[in-house]
Amino acid sequence: MCGICGCGQPDGAVTIRKIDLKKVNFGKVTPLGAVSPLGHHDHDHHHVHAAAMNQAPGKTVLQIEQDILGKNNLLAERNKGFFEAKNILALNLVSSPGSGKTALLERTLADLKGEIPCFVIEGDQQTSNDADRIAATGAEVVQINTGKGCHLEADMVNEAMRQLKPTDGSLLFIENVGNLVCPAMFDLGEGARVVIISVTEGDDKPLKYPDMFHSSQLCIINKIDLLPYVNFSVEKVKEYAKRVSHITEFIELSATTGAGMDEWYAWLKKQRNTRLAP
Amino acid sequence: MHELSIIASIVEIAEAEVQKAGAQRVESIELEIGELAGIEFSALDFAWEVGVSQTVLENAERHVNRISGQARCSECDTTFEMQALYDPCPGCGSYFSEIIKGKELSVKALTVS
Repeated sequence: MCGICGCGQPDGAVTIRKIDLKKVNFGKVTPLGAVSPLGHHDHDHHHVHAAAMNQAPGKTVLQIEQDILGKNNLLAERNKGFFEAKNILALNLVSSPGSGKTALLERTLADLKGEIPCFVIEGDQQTSNDADRIAATGAEVVQINTGKGCHLEADMVNEAMRQLKPTDGSLLFIENVGNLVCPAMFDLGEGARVVIISVTEGDDKPLKYPDMFHSSQLCIINKIDLLPYVNFSVEKVKEYAKRVSHITEFIELSATTGAGMDEWYAWLKKQRNTRLAP
Repeated sequence: MHELSIIASIVEIAEAEVQKAGAQRVESIELEIGELAGIEFSALDFAWEVGVSQTVLENAERHVNRISGQARCSECDTTFEMQALYDPCPGCGSYFSEIIKGKELSVKALTVS
């Protein structure tokens, strides 16, 4: 049974593959639930473990105080170390489905082409539609299909990077699964988390989904070209987001018309420069 | 429904501990979960049985210590109970505060046999 949602699918439902427009190659990876736990080892000799030596017959109480997200956080730190050593700025892009993450990326990749090397990891439950759109811009991209999973985890990003091989000093965009709830809890090792909200959504989303806004450093308000047609207050969304997180910065833009994109590029370059080793 | 992958991580921790201790199964498990940790308690309850079936945690008694959220206002230093991340300081009304309790998410103890 699948360990992610309890559905009847086998455990190997997560797939990660680099998009090659000439040759499509599906690769299976070990899902998180199937990785050997730390401290586990298989061998055929016998020795007494320290814990087992203290074991009274019957019941034993083990005071372990282990962080439940410890393994993901440990892997996230490894990803972070890799990014730091290679001067890579990794961004975790999170939002509801349909906020325009992929459109924002398409335009960004086209505009920054030749200026900054960019790599992309796409996370979706199914299909490589988004990765195919990204590949069409000429950027290197790996698609992670989480199967029934509702978010990316650090080990998936680690596995994806082995295929993607981002170069030194590059920008790595990780487009998370469209979901404003679950991805909030899982650190991927990113340098910054960027939450995207579009004006066709409710302006009270920061209050409805506070965890995501609480953990993001930048909030992009997308589709501002549609503001005249919708009942959405930019001021309200900012005010609500600030109630949840006092460190969040805001950029208003339209990935369709290009309005505000310069501010986004300036933010990217500033973030990248502060991380580049002197 | 990330609660199921949280349960999968708990199972992983429990299986490693059971193996280290040379035990067979978990009799009871004590979890510590903060109310601001991003866990929906009802979703955790709902998913638990499915998530632990055919593992060392099947039939284990589950104790959850719920830790209520607490924050300190960065403007006036008042410490207050925080139920939601957007709760203002009851003293001065500021939203500028630091969470000091309620983000816990750990396995405290296991009783194995």
